[in-house]
Amino acid sequence: MTAVKINNVVKTYGKKKEVTALSDISFSVSKGELFGIIGPDGAGKTSLFRILTTLLLADKGGATVDGFDIVKDYKAIRQRVGYMPGRFSLYQDLSVKENLDFFATIFNTSVEENYELIKDIYSQIEPFKDRKAGKLSGGMKQKLALSCALIHSPSVLFLDEPTTGVDAVSRKEFWEMLKRLKEQGITILVSTPYMDEASMCDRVALIQSGRILSINTPKGIVETFGKKLLAVKSNDMLRLLHDLKQCEEVQDAYPFGEYHHAVMKSDGRQELNNYLLKKGYGFELRETEANIEDCFMQLMKE
Amino acid sequence: MKQFFAFVRKEFYHIFRDRRTMFILLAMPVVQIIIFGFALTNEVKNSKIAIWDQSKDVATASLITQLEASRYFEVEQSINTAKEIESIFQKGEVKLAVILPPHFDEDLRHFNKAQVQLIADASDPNVANTLTNYASAIIIDYQNRITDERKLPYTITTEMRMLYNPELKGAYNFVPGVMAMVLLLVCTMMTAITIVREKETGTMEVMLVSPANPLKIVIAKAVPYFLLSAVNIITILLLSVFVLDVPVNGSLVLLVGESLLFTLVSLALGLLISTKAGSQQTALFISLVGLLLPTVMLSGFMFPIENMPLPLRTVSNIVPARWYYSIVKSVMIKGIGLHAVWKETLILSGMLIFFLGLAIKNFKTRLA
Repeated sequence: MTAVKINNVVKTYGKKKEVTALSDISFSVSKGELFGIIGPDGAGKTSLFRILTTLLLADKGGATVDGFDIVKDYKAIRQRVGYMPGRFSLYQDLSVKENLDFFATIFNTSVEENYELIKDIYSQIEPFKDRKAGKLSGGMKQKLALSCALIHSPSVLFLDEPTTGVDAVSRKEFWEMLKRLKEQGITILVSTPYMDEASMCDRVALIQSGRILSINTPKGIVETFGKKLLAVKSNDMLRLLHDLKQCEEVQDAYPFGEYHHAVMKSDGRQELNNYLLKKGYGFELRETEANIEDCFMQLMKE
Repeated sequence: MKQFFAFVRKEFYHIFRDRRTMFILLAMPVVQIIIFGFALTNEVKNSKIAIWDQSKDVATASLITQLEASRYFEVEQSINTAKEIESIFQKGEVKLAVILPPHFDEDLRHFNKAQVQLIADASDPNVANTLTNYASAIIIDYQNRITDERKLPYTITTEMRMLYNPELKGAYNFVPGVMAMVLLLVCTMMTAITIVREKETGTMEVMLVSPANPLKIVIAKAVPYFLLSAVNIITILLLSVFVLDVPVNGSLVLLVGESLLFTLVSLALGLLISTKAGSQQTALFISLVGLLLPTVMLSGFMFPIENMPLPLRTVSNIVPARWYYSIVKSVMIKGIGLHAVWKETLILSGMLIFFLGLAIKNFKTRLA
């Protein structure tokens, strides 16, 4: 069962179509899947979401959402999808409850009718239901926006960067909520610039400059890395990075948290160790597992 | 229908919670009427004049008394030399000097002829003109009283009657103008801005991805401003009747009906602007420069259209306020009925259909 099917979608901006946002994107999402679209700012995530939610027209290619064509049947799609745009798009001068009631009414339903679906999320902000939406914290705003997007029990949920600008605890909570929604059979497409969130998805698409680099399960993506990865640390990180890039055994080196990651051409751990010893400064070297970010860096440079 | 009311209710929340804007919207007509009614007036009242009385006899004394008795003049000072005239004009307070030559009474009685000189500060030509006209009228009036005692063989007297506005009050002119301006500001500018604001803040994005008909959304946004305008129409009419003594001579129903028609035209223009403008600033700019300016300049409210060169007169035809202004003057001041303003009404209705049609045609059901 396919919930979303995208065929060769191309989207450009500008009078002369000089800016390419999406170039020939195709993939499909199964019903009930939690699908992540992961990529840096400007990769084309928002354009893709807007095309799928019928807000923008693609230059070429087509797509279906829940079996409906995004151009021909846009009205039907607007009945059945939930959409949460990247920035907070509720009425700041309306209270939490007024926002929710308003969105329930325009979707021809009521808060009571679908309370079961949003109870889990809404109950956390219900104590503040008379507070103006503009006065909520970032995490609470996201919960309210999600409640509003869910109020009509959509079959497909589009969440555009829901965790951007939200603290680490709220981010974790948010993903927990998405997992519970998935259990209720809702297909969820979520975009994020945070690579570490990929592991929460069933499948992810890595996207960069309007191109899909890879589509796989988070585990599958990590398994395709296939190279030895070393984490190196020293007192002079800047010099270390420079030295790593100079080393013949090292294919690629980049900063990664408090370490630098060095992707090795072959199993050259001993050689690298000797190389760095010759440089004559203290360092720490250990082997590490590749994660999504390492894969992204590798795919990006291919 | 339930959806529609939810939209209207939400729109009222926005208006009522933004107290500053609401205050401006409701206070604007009051402030404008008061400013135009009491501050920006070109009527002459208690103008300061100087008098150089060189004869100081019975006749000059009674002429001066008569000048002073009118509500137009107030004798500020007496002068004694020709040099002083220049210096008092330079101070700027006195705008008119009346010079009565020596032997005024004698001349009048023995030669049947006496002279009065009026010197006015014509740096403001309109004021100088008005002042000398009023002063001449008073002097002629004085002469008529003397000549009444003796019979002159031939006389032609002009009898003037100022129809519709016997007291030549400025209020008769600007009340219709202020009505046009306020309705245009409230309806066009505010509707355009609130719709564009929803685009800017991204709420329009969420609303488009909903079963609600987008056209219904924007029409619902216009409803509260329509009601606010109705309140403003009533405020202006009450103020003009009870504060400025400008009566509603014609049918009140017709006047209100025409005002509501003009309100609808303004709302349609606001919708049209909102379909074109990408930001609130653009919407504001188009409303102010593209609409308010022509309304003030070309509706006949500030400058008479008859005196404009042909190109400007042609342009004034597409300014909706021009037709509304003419309707209000006819109905409110002259007290005539629909039979006299059907042409203007028809033009406004045509504009309503045209602008609304264009706005609907341009309305986007998507983001771009």
